[in-house]
Amino acid sequence: MAVAYIPRTRELYSAYTPYRWVVNEEPPPWTPLKKPLAQCKVALMSSGGVLYRDQPRFHREDASYRLIPKNAARADLSVWHFGYPTKDAEKDPNCVFPLERMREFEAEGRIRELCDPAFTFMGGVYSARKVREELAPKIVEELRSRRVEAFYLVPA
Amino acid sequence: MTSAYDITRAVNPPRAVFVDYPLGHQTGKPDDADNQRAIVRDALAAFDTISKPGTIVILPYVWDANDRRWEETDYTPGFLPPRPKKEDADLAEQERRRRYTTANPG
Repeated sequence: MAVAYIPRTRELYSAYTPYRWVVNEEPPPWTPLKKPLAQCKVALMSSGGVLYRDQPRFHREDASYRLIPKNAARADLSVWHFGYPTKDAEKDPNCVFPLERMREFEAEGRIRELCDPAFTFMGGVYSARKVREELAPKIVEELRSRRVEAFYLVPA
Repeated sequence: MTSAYDITRAVNPPRAVFVDYPLGHQTGKPDDADNQRAIVRDALAAFDTISKPGTIVILPYVWDANDRRWEETDYTPGFLPPRPKKEDADLAEQERRRRYTTANPG
């Protein structure tokens, strides 16, 4: 039974103006994959607040993002996020940012290529407009310029 | 990838894969590479299999078959650790960045 997060968020932040969830009634846009994933360049992005080495941490309402070298070692990564308990992700970032698993799948040929870098941001951004108008277009440009064919997003 | 089914249903992305795990573990349990691998493998497979826009594939993995208490407490009051004071947070941040600059001069 899936946890109902919308009512729980309402309860958790009941001191604030009720959050207006993004509700998309229209059918989503659809871009078919032109070839099997094994022949595609794939990018990884996580909203788990993962940082590389001495990159500046995130802050609340922060719609910036970080570039994470795809060969980053686990010791190079840390986590800053206020909206979920980060203990396990700090211990093993693969809980929300499966970079090691994606490298393995690249080596095994399950994907043709893992995009370098991977991308992270901190998903606790209250303003959906900020994400849509500030963050998303920049990420789209990052992906286009690197000729990424499939994009794997992991929220946290 | 998602572990918040209701939010994902509302947002209605073109393709999604749901795993019923506590927040912060959308691609698996810490230090359990096999578990992470199974989830990410299934998520990637959905690129090839989903043909109807708005599909949410539901993965079969269970966080803990003998203890489902997390479902009652996840994302409820008291679920997040107390936030550190600003001075403490700033100190921790300085320390974190210093660690990496020392280890990687230049």
